[in-house]
Amino acid sequence: MAIDMLGKRVKRVEDQRLISGAGRYVDDIKLQSMAHCAILRSPYAHALIRGIDTSKARLMPGVLDVMIGADIPYNPLPMAWPAGGSAGLRNNVNTPRALATDSVKWTGEGVAAVIAETPEQALDALEAIVVGYDPLPAVVDAEKATLAGAPQLHENAPNNIVFEWAVGDKAGTAAAVDAADVVVRQRLVNQRLIPNPMETRGDIGLYNPGTDEYTIWMSSQTPHIQRLLLAAFVMGVPEHKIRCISPDVGGAFGTKIFTYADYPIVLLASKRLGGRPVKWIEGRRENYQATIHGRDHITYLEVAGKRDGEVTAIRVKTFANLGGRLSTIGPGIPTTLYARVLSGCYRIPHVYAEVVGVYTNTVFVDAYRGAGRPEATYVIERAMDLFANEIGMDRAEVRRRNFIAPEGFPYENPSGLGTASGGAKIYIDSGNYEPAMDKALEMAGYAGIEKAKAAARARGKYLGIGQSSYLEVCGVAPSKWIGAVGEGWGAAMWESANIKVHLTGKVVITMGTQPQGQGHETTYAQIIGHELGIPMEDIVVQHSDTQGTPFGYGSYGSRTSSVGSTAAIKAAAKIREKARRYAAHMLEASVEDIEVEGANYFVKGSPEVKKTFQEIAFALDLAFDAPEGMEPYLDETAYYDTPNCTWPFGTHVALVEVDEATGQVELVRYVAVDDVGNKINPMIVDGQLHGGIVQGVGQALWEGAVYSDDGQLLSGSMLDYAIPRASWLPTLELDETVTPSPVNPLGVKGVGEAGAIASTAAVANAVNDALKPFGVKHLDMPLTPQVVWKAMQSTKGAQA
Amino acid sequence: MIPAAFDYVRATSLDDALKRLATAGGGAKAIAGGQSLLPLMKLRLARPETLVDIGRLAELKGVHRLPDGRVAVGALTTYDEMLRDPILRHYGLLADAIPNIGDVQVRNRGTIGGSIAHADPASDMPAILLALDAEVVARSSRAERVIPITSFFEGAFASVLHDDELITEVRLPGGRDDVGSAYRAIEQPASGYSIAGVAAVVGAHDGTGWRYCAVGVTGVGDHPYRAAAVEKAVIGGESLAQAAAHATDGVTVASDIHADREYRTHVASVQVLRALEAAIARLG
Repeated sequence: MAIDMLGKRVKRVEDQRLISGAGRYVDDIKLQSMAHCAILRSPYAHALIRGIDTSKARLMPGVLDVMIGADIPYNPLPMAWPAGGSAGLRNNVNTPRALATDSVKWTGEGVAAVIAETPEQALDALEAIVVGYDPLPAVVDAEKATLAGAPQLHENAPNNIVFEWAVGDKAGTAAAVDAADVVVRQRLVNQRLIPNPMETRGDIGLYNPGTDEYTIWMSSQTPHIQRLLLAAFVMGVPEHKIRCISPDVGGAFGTKIFTYADYPIVLLASKRLGGRPVKWIEGRRENYQATIHGRDHITYLEVAGKRDGEVTAIRVKTFANLGGRLSTIGPGIPTTLYARVLSGCYRIPHVYAEVVGVYTNTVFVDAYRGAGRPEATYVIERAMDLFANEIGMDRAEVRRRNFIAPEGFPYENPSGLGTASGGAKIYIDSGNYEPAMDKALEMAGYAGIEKAKAAARARGKYLGIGQSSYLEVCGVAPSKWIGAVGEGWGAAMWESANIKVHLTGKVVITMGTQPQGQGHETTYAQIIGHELGIPMEDIVVQHSDTQGTPFGYGSYGSRTSSVGSTAAIKAAAKIREKARRYAAHMLEASVEDIEVEGANYFVKGSPEVKKTFQEIAFALDLAFDAPEGMEPYLDETAYYDTPNCTWPFGTHVALVEVDEATGQVELVRYVAVDDVGNKINPMIVDGQLHGGIVQGVGQALWEGAVYSDDGQLLSGSMLDYAIPRASWLPTLELDETVTPSPVNPLGVKGVGEAGAIASTAAVANAVNDALKPFGVKHLDMPLTPQVVWKAMQSTKGAQA
Repeated sequence: MIPAAFDYVRATSLDDALKRLATAGGGAKAIAGGQSLLPLMKLRLARPETLVDIGRLAELKGVHRLPDGRVAVGALTTYDEMLRDPILRHYGLLADAIPNIGDVQVRNRGTIGGSIAHADPASDMPAILLALDAEVVARSSRAERVIPITSFFEGAFASVLHDDELITEVRLPGGRDDVGSAYRAIEQPASGYSIAGVAAVVGAHDGTGWRYCAVGVTGVGDHPYRAAAVEKAVIGGESLAQAAAHATDGVTVASDIHADREYRTHVASVQVLRALEAAIARLG
């Protein structure tokens, strides 16, 4: 294999393992004398717990232990990212306990845990537990929950309000709205979604009574963070006494960032059993009921501007449903990650956003692929369409008029990216939006769309086209921003990597990021192979175990390639520099005279007088002949804190056909032109885009978590929650523009979320466009046949 | 997602299976492909004491023509086997419907007998059998009886089948040359079950109008039904569109999170019209 694979479509080295069934997920791990845990979950959305009788369950076959909330000596789970930080804004915080003690706030909140010899026995014993509930009225809608007379969930949260937070210039925006030629107002619902990773969550707790240490195998994106949070906030066990291991993780989409109740349950259960390992594996129904959901915003939008197409102001009020108790970073999503990037890739002078975080009798809401940015993109991209339609201007033209110009960077947006950042300067550093849009429109046949619409009409179909010109913020972010008072979550966001070179010249990279299907074992090897001039086959990438990897913040927010890879490049540079110094010693030259090309270290002007990387590693690792002051071995760790986020962008275009008789929507074409900067592995980038796009299309057309008014999850299984299938989708037509990020040496930006951020709005805009002849201005998602058909009936039929 | 404990026996013969069902007194369930029963058991919505596995009873498998020209389909015949059967290939509505039933696993394992016995109000096969005027042969250790499909379904997951009875065979009329058939459905995307699924058999045009029309509808009411008002209207000479408007006459139309009563009523008519038109188009 060629040495330099950077930027090449290299096949993923982990796929042989993962596809052939040789992966090792939590449920594949079977430890000696392992017991099994099952969790009893509330059938009520809102109830007081009068009492729990576990006596019968304890006598069931195979039952080893039964725990209820009162048995658990730990603190409630932490909430690490309050809205507005601690800058004086009040957050009325309620977080779950490992098991509920006095009341339940959603159907699926855990109330008891059984530990048994087998998973079957544990589940059987759950049925023998008798819980006395006093049911209370429930509320599931975030807006209704804030109204007078709504059921109240928490004493410390009047009107169920977690926080009321705002960004932007209120007075200036009001003045701009008042002065505008045109103001379009629209209520937008960004419905609740269930993330659905292929592997549900699960964990194994193991307490070692000999050393008083805890080990947990967890399907997690963030083993280091989990160790920190479990130690410092939940269990009161010192950090060095806990080890977190994430083996292969079968998809996550954000759901596995957080601290969940089952972590302390299995650890305590193992301790109570004197050190028997205890496994808990989440069923799919439990995953629907008790792992985080995403989105769930109700937004009142006002978009104001001039008749010539200039948008002068955006004002929103958003009700963000955060569930019955708060998840780990729930409040951070609809605030920092949503409202601060609301104006997207547009130069809109006035932006003001109010966000109300709300408790409801639903499972907690937290980061799901895109986390705040899909919601923001949906708002701004619907706003652009609504505004264009109102003033009768071409929708692409309105966007063109309002794009931040290529010479307009760095750009500080008006929703306060740069202002509340505790000294860090967060600004949009680069972009070139028109070429990406033009390319996408060209590919999609935008110029000939009216003809295509007429042709479709002749077949009884209404063709619609929609675009989404998105801006993503990736690689979150400088620690002094995300850790700043008033902004982030009071912790850092740097990344780490360690490189060790064995004396045979083989390289082991360990890193603080945590793959869950992205292909890090491939991309890190491509990068380090390039940096050190060695073949990928000589590199192994290790991760996911707090014992043996440097501290890192994990993988989410499309941060691994921009932040994590840069740490690895820095570590490689340290390795290279030490190798160079040793080469100088071996070649009896001065360090300044040693040049490096790939794996060859040679004296300037005499490439034949050289030592290879492998020769250097061998000699330095043995250190029989190390110069004075030089430590043996090539082993370097680097930490990297990025100075800014990265800013991928692009334009996606969807074409849909609506069946007039049934309201069925068919996505007939999908074009995406993305600018994610330079690419480490274009094939992996394509894969990330495919998956993201499809998840976003799922929101537009099919997916929706539905709770009944009394808090039962009606879309409680895959029989009622429609995940997209390959056969429902056209071939995705991908292309690119390349504007390298200026903040990291690779010029990469991140791509894990871009597809999901862009596609929902593109498809929603296309369906709304298809229905324009019916006088439809806006429909809320999912745009199911029923929704679409009813909208067509609400007018007298096609106007054109 | 683990079923409650149950006993399992594999029946060695049809008689053995029937004897076991008879002695179990309602606590036993027969299992064939398991594509409907097992998911319910995993959710613990069904919790039989005993599963009697009839999956390997060769006497219940296969398709053959009866002496009177009708076609007998063994209860254990899978969807996939039906799809590839040289006799059944001539039934246009089966060719329409079966490739869209479930997924490959469901079609490989799921059986015609299991589908009917389960009596899901939205499954496709009942509508097809209704439109074909099929007969269901049911046997117990006491007797064998032949049940017209039109009187088989009683409600959601409820049929006239007794606890100790097994469906052994489904009998279809021999194909006639003067009719065409088709199946059209709008599916609930998550489950793949029909929001409205319509099987139509129509033909015997005598120069003035259609003399034969049978329409089976699934997903719409609390059980699959024959749309008698549609059939009457077609034979009575109304336009297909007028006839299709009667799709839900006399039926209490179901409503759920995927389709409310108004929408389901509407698309039932749309699918009736589309199935009728497609069936007629097949007449050539």
